[in-house]
Order: sequence, then structure tokens, then C-alpha cells
Amino acid sequence: MSTSIDQQWTTRLRRRVAGKLPPEKLLPDTQPAYVSSWIYVFGVTTMSALAVVIGSGLILALRGPQWWHESSIGHFVNSLHLWSVEIFFFAMVVHLWGKFFMGAWRGGRTATWMTGVVTFLASIATAFTGYASQSNFDSQWITTQAKDGINSTGAGAFFNVLNLGQMLMWHIVLLPLAAVVLTALHVLLVRIKGVVPPYEDKVGEAQ
Amino acid sequence: MAWFSFLAALIPLDGYGHYLHWGVINISVANFIVIVLMVVTFIAALLLPFPGRNRRKESK
Ligand code: HEM
Repeated sequence: MSTSIDQQWTTRLRRRVAGKLPPEKLLPDTQPAYVSSWIYVFGVTTMSALAVVIGSGLILALRGPQWWHESSIGHFVNSLHLWSVEIFFFAMVVHLWGKFFMGAWRGGRTATWMTGVVTFLASIATAFTGYASQSNFDSQWITTQAKDGINSTGAGAFFNVLNLGQMLMWHIVLLPLAAVVLTALHVLLVRIKGVVPPYEDKVGEAQ
Repeated sequence: MAWFSFLAALIPLDGYGHYLHWGVINISVANFIVIVLMVVTFIAALLLPFPGRNRRKESK
């Protein structure tokens, strides 16, 4: 007999989450032996770089363009932001190659792969709007070159690269939010499914 | 700051970019170097032994 407590959305949600992702799966003590390879390090490297990107971005937002263009500390934080982005993409690409050659979408892991794909695309858009938000000659050049390409697709009607305010908002609000939420989902999916076994094993026979 | 200007002189960043052309392929030297480094990192990640691996194998 199901009581009214059983039907509460809080109760149902808690049971569903606890069933799919019990604490020992969310934060496991051990991983299968095949995970002890450097190729498995690149997901966390990507995540760590993303943390530095967001941290340095928050400091840039705090002080504004004049500071990052004109003071030496501003230059330093600006460079920290750019170089952590370089490491982020570098690690993400090595991660992507690793997962591609492992066929890491096997055994019901399509959603893990696809959240990765969408995060990759969102990250490219974030980087692009970042280049457009520099507020210097470089960003002027990039946006005036990009506008014709983007306008020819029709997207210019709602995504105007010459609109600095809009590009900055996409860069510091919408796209980072998407990247962080997608990354969280991506990693939770890895936890729910467990790490994919190597090709020799039968698909789905994880751990 | 002398070492800093030395570094800056080693890698001049103020001039025009350098590009490589192979038929239809046209890529900046900087981007090409990054791609080569990613491939090297990928291969190294597959070949280099991971620390603690033997310990785990023994206990199996
Ligand atoms: C913001 C970017 C990304 C972050 C922070 C990230 C993070 C991670 C982490 C921490 C893991 C688990 C550990 C590991 O195997 O490395 C993982 C697994 C995985 N990633 Fe990513 N990833 C990102 C982008 C991508 C991309 C672009 C793809 C492919 C299109 C991808 C595909 C996968 C797959 C399929 C797995 C599951 C592996 C398995 O089940 O064994 N990820 N990711």
C-alpha cells in the first residue's frame, strides 16, 4: 500500500537518486585495474583547468577591462585565464581521443558521450565569445571578420557578434553556466554507469 | 626583468604570424605545434607506466 508520503515528489526524487547514485557510487573508494593508466587522467585535468578558468574569470569580472588591459596584475590574471583555457582545450581533446579509441560510449554510455560532445561545442562558443569580449583591436578584428559568416547562416538575427554587451553576457553568464552544468551531468553519468570496460570484455560487463 | 626580455626576444610575438601550406591545408605554426603536442601527449599517456600500477597487480 502506498501512503501519501510515498507519493510526495521529494520522497520519489530521493529514492530515485539514491537508487541510481548511492554514495559509494558517487564517491567510490576503488576503480577497476584498467583505470590505472595516464589516459584516464585527462578528464580530471580538463575539470581542474575549467576550475582555474572560472576562478580567473571571476577576478576579471570583478575588476573590469581597464584593469586587465592596463595593470600588470590585470595582465597576469588575463594571461592566467587565457592559458588555463589553452590547457582546458588541450586536455579535453586528449580526453576525447582517448574515449573515442576506447569506444567509451558502449554499454549504455551514449548520454555520457553526447554530454561530452555538447560540452565541447559549448566550450568552443564560450571561447569565441571570450575572444569577442576582449575589448581591444584583436576582438574588433575577430568580430568584424566573423559577422559575415554568422550573418550568412541567419543566426545574426539573435546573435550579433558586433554587440559587445551581448557577447560579454554570453561569455560570462550563459555559456559558462551551460559548460558547468553539462560537465556536472557528464561526470555524474560516468559515476552512474561506472568506467567502461576495455574492448576484450563483453559490453556492459562493467567492473 | 632581464630574463624576461630575454624570453621575449627568443619568441618574437609582435611580428606577423607564420603559416604552413600543404595544398588546401593552411595552418598557423602555433596551431600546428599545439596539435603535435596533443598527439605526443596522447601517445605518452598510452605508453608511460602509471605509478602504483605494479603494486595493485601484485595484490591481485
Ligand atoms: C568540459 C569538458 C569535459 C570534462 C570536464 C570531462 C570530464 C570527464 C571525467 C572527469 C571523466 C571520468 C574520468 C575519465 O575517464 O577521464 C569523463 C569520462 C568520459 N568522457 Fe569526458 N569530459 C569532458 C569532455 C568530453 C568530451 C568532449 C567527450 C567526447 C565527445 C567526452 C567523453 C567522455 C566519455 C565517453 C566518458 C566515459 C568514460 C567511461 O565510461 O569509461 N568527455 N569525462
